[in-house]
Order: sequence, then C-alpha cells, then structure tokens
Amino acid sequence: MIKEKEHTEPKSEDTNQGPIIEIIDLHKTFGEDNTILKGVNLTVNKGEDLVILGRSGSGKSVTIKCIVGLIEPDQGEIKVFGENILNLSKEELNEMRVKIGFLFQSGALYDSMSVRENLSFTLRAHKRDLSEEEVESEVIEALESVGLGDAIDKMPSELSGGMRKRIGLARTLILKPEIILYDEPTTGLDTITSREISELILDIKNKQKTASIIITHDMACAKMTADRIMVLKDGVIHAEGTYEELEKDEDEWVRSFFE
Amino acid sequence: MILNLKNTFAQIGDVTLFAKRFFKEVFIPPYEAKEFLKQCYIIGYKSLPLVAITGFIMGLVLTLQSRPTLVKFGAESWLPGMVALSLIREIAPVITALICAGKISSGIGAELGSMKVTEQIDAMEVSAINPYNYLVVTRILACTLMVPLLVFFADAVGILGGYVGINIHGDVNFYRFLTQIIQSLGFLDLFPATIKTFFFGFFIGMIGCYKGFNAANGTESVGKAANSAVVTASLTIFIIDMVAVQITDLFF
Repeated sequence: MIKEKEHTEPKSEDTNQGPIIEIIDLHKTFGEDNTILKGVNLTVNKGEDLVILGRSGSGKSVTIKCIVGLIEPDQGEIKVFGENILNLSKEELNEMRVKIGFLFQSGALYDSMSVRENLSFTLRAHKRDLSEEEVESEVIEALESVGLGDAIDKMPSELSGGMRKRIGLARTLILKPEIILYDEPTTGLDTITSREISELILDIKNKQKTASIIITHDMACAKMTADRIMVLKDGVIHAEGTYEELEKDEDEWVRSFFE
Repeated sequence: MILNLKNTFAQIGDVTLFAKRFFKEVFIPPYEAKEFLKQCYIIGYKSLPLVAITGFIMGLVLTLQSRPTLVKFGAESWLPGMVALSLIREIAPVITALICAGKISSGIGAELGSMKVTEQIDAMEVSAINPYNYLVVTRILACTLMVPLLVFFADAVGILGGYVGINIHGDVNFYRFLTQIIQSLGFLDLFPATIKTFFFGFFIGMIGCYKGFNAANGTESVGKAANSAVVTASLTIFIIDMVAVQITDLFF
C-alpha cells in the first residue's frame, strides 16, 4: 500500500524556494518484464538533502541515474531547474549535467590518471581557457575541501575506499554543481570513515548551499544528512517524512530500516 | 539457430552504427590531441619490441625455409627479392596486424570494458565529457596511423632477418642484398599492401573499442570483451586481406 504523506518542512533554511528537482510518475522497465520503477514522484527543494531508502534492487540508483540521463525512463517527467530533461537536446543535457554532480558508489576515478589529472581533466573539459596555474589552484582547492590536499600526486590504485570516494567528491565539486547526487556514499566503508563522509556531505551542503539526493542503506548517514527521507518500495515511494517521523512510523516495514 | 543468426546480424548492425559514429565524431571538436598522442605512444612505440622480434624471425625463417627449394632450381640469387616481396606484400602486414590484434585490440577491449564496469565511462558522461570522443576516436585514429608504421618497421626488420638468414649459408654483401631487393620491388608491391594496413589498423582499434564500450556489467565481461576483441579482430584481418588481394588482383 502506498502511503500518501504531506511533505514535511525540511531542516535547512534555504529549502522554501520551490523544487529544484521534480520527478513525476517515473516508470522504468528493463528487458520485457523487469519493472523497477512504477510511478515514482518526488521533489527536492533548493538547499535540501533528500535521502532515499529502500531495499537493494528497489530502483534507488535507477531513479538518480534517470536524473542525469544515464538511464532513459519509459514514462514520466524529470524536471531539473524547471526543465524536463527528457526533452533536452544532447548539448542542453550536457549543460544541465555541469550543474549536477554525481558521486558513484565506487568513486569511479579514472584509473589511468593521477588524482591531479582526474580533477584537472574534468575541469579543463569545461573551462579550456584556464591557465595551468588557475587549474592547479582550483584542483588544490577542491582537494582541500575534502581534506585530501596531500593526495594530489597519487594514483587511484594507491587510495583507500574512503579516499577514492572523497576524491570522487572533489572531482564532482570542482565544477561547482548546484545539485549533488550521492549513490551509496558510505557503502563498504568502516564506521569512522562513513561518519567522516557523512560529515563531509553536510559540510558541502552548508558551505556550497547545494541540494542533494543521497541513496543509502547507512542509517547513521541518513540521520546526519537527511532533511527529508523517502522510502522506495515496489517501484513507488512508500513513505516520506523526517528521520524522527519515520522512526516512529506505524508501518513495521518502514520502521525496520531504523532498528 | 535462427536466434543466433538474428543476434549476429544485430551485432553487425551495432558495429556499423558504432563505426558510423566514429566518422561523425572525428570531425567534431574538442580534438583530444594529448590523448591521441598518448595512444600513439602506447600503441606504436610500446609495440616496437614485439614487432621487431617477430619481424626478424619472420624474415630469418622465411629465408631459411625457402633457400633449399631455390637452390634446387639454381635460383638462389632470387632469394633476397623473393623474401622481400613475400614480406612486404603479405607476411609482414598480416602477421603484424595479428600481433596488434592480440596486443592492442585485447588491451583496448579490456581497458574500456573495465572502465565501463567500474562506471568510469558513466562518470565521464555525467561530467558532460563525451566518452566516445575521448576514448574511442583517439584510440581508433591512433591504431589506424600506428599499425601501418609498425608494418613498415616489421618490413625493415624482416628484411634484416632475411639478410642474416642468407649469410648463415653464404656470404652476401649488404649493399648487393639491398640492391637486389630494390630491383625486384615495384610500386604495385608497396601501394596495395600499405593501403590494406590502414584498414587493418582501423578495424583493430574499432573492434577493441566496440567490445570494451559495450561490455556488460560484471568483471567477467571484461575478460569476455578482451577475448572477443582478439578473436573478432583476427578474423576481420583475414577477411580484409582476402578482399584486398581480390581487389588488387582485379585492378592491378
């Protein structure tokens, strides 16, 4: 049963300026009968951190991959900054993608490039007129914002899982996105590193005023970062509310996430 | 059976579209010159030792194997010309291309396959960087340019191997050896053989890129992409060679 809940007022101060992301009736089927999304509706307001919870395979990652155009939905609308991204041309979609950062579960660093090159490659692709010094300065600034200024000359193979995610985040931040989508940012990390990543997400939100969607199974991360939580079940949003509200939800299945 | 046939045709269609995209995107900026030069270095320079060894052995063995037959007919003096012609027209292009299929095509297939599996290609896509332009166009161009150069190198080293082979049983002056080769070679020996090496290079790069770029999810698919790239590229080399020989025969 799908529960209709009123949107809860988010914690942050900047969240009352209308939705920055609006997903309406999103459907996606893989193959002939593997239906993952059966009508997802969600909104994210400016400066808001929305956490999406759900079991593995419930379509959380598919939903955020649809937002950046990595997966094409079968039906529905995805409005980002008021524009339906499904109607955009390739060039317009790329312009939109610059405003949307995406942190992959594995960090997805380019293995053949050093940390410096991972960041400068992304930056140069969009700002070809920057001088070497300007690129270097922005790379260092982005790395310092994730606390890894000294890893600049390392190769991805020399980094730990947590460091890879931080560098992945720095690579996302270097384009100064207005929205960041986090795909399981703390998965596979120990408790301390997970907390550091969660603090970093919170820090980025506070300093850069970004809106975020965070896909996670890590309830500690959800508690720290979420202004609002949505629970995805059977391809639809099953429950919605703040951490405190959902923790005491009448639905046992929803409560099971918080136990 | 029918399903397999259908899949084969579907794949041929996919490869054709993939190649068509290359001809479209190769002219669209940004031009990734740095990555192209890096690929030229990896594909060309790093393959030199392997091509040198095989080229030398090809020339040496061909000379040693052909010599007894030519001696029987009293045509030993034709040996330098025959070895050079065989190497330049057929053996060096095909063997070098097969080596490149094994080394380069599988390498590209594994590299791009691994990038696909670890979401690095998706990461480029979401950063609004065109992964096809950066990864595929540069590699196919580098292969198309480097394989003919490697074949020229294999020709030269193979001829050197032939000279060593001849001198195992006799004493031939290097200047005389070279003169005999130059006298026996014509434009039509070099031109079609060179043209086909560009096709070899293009398909070696294209098949490696296609297999890697379209690898399924999961680490197993990386191995499959590399393996499939070698098999398909090797088979394609023989088919191109057959077509090239027929065309050469028809027009020249």
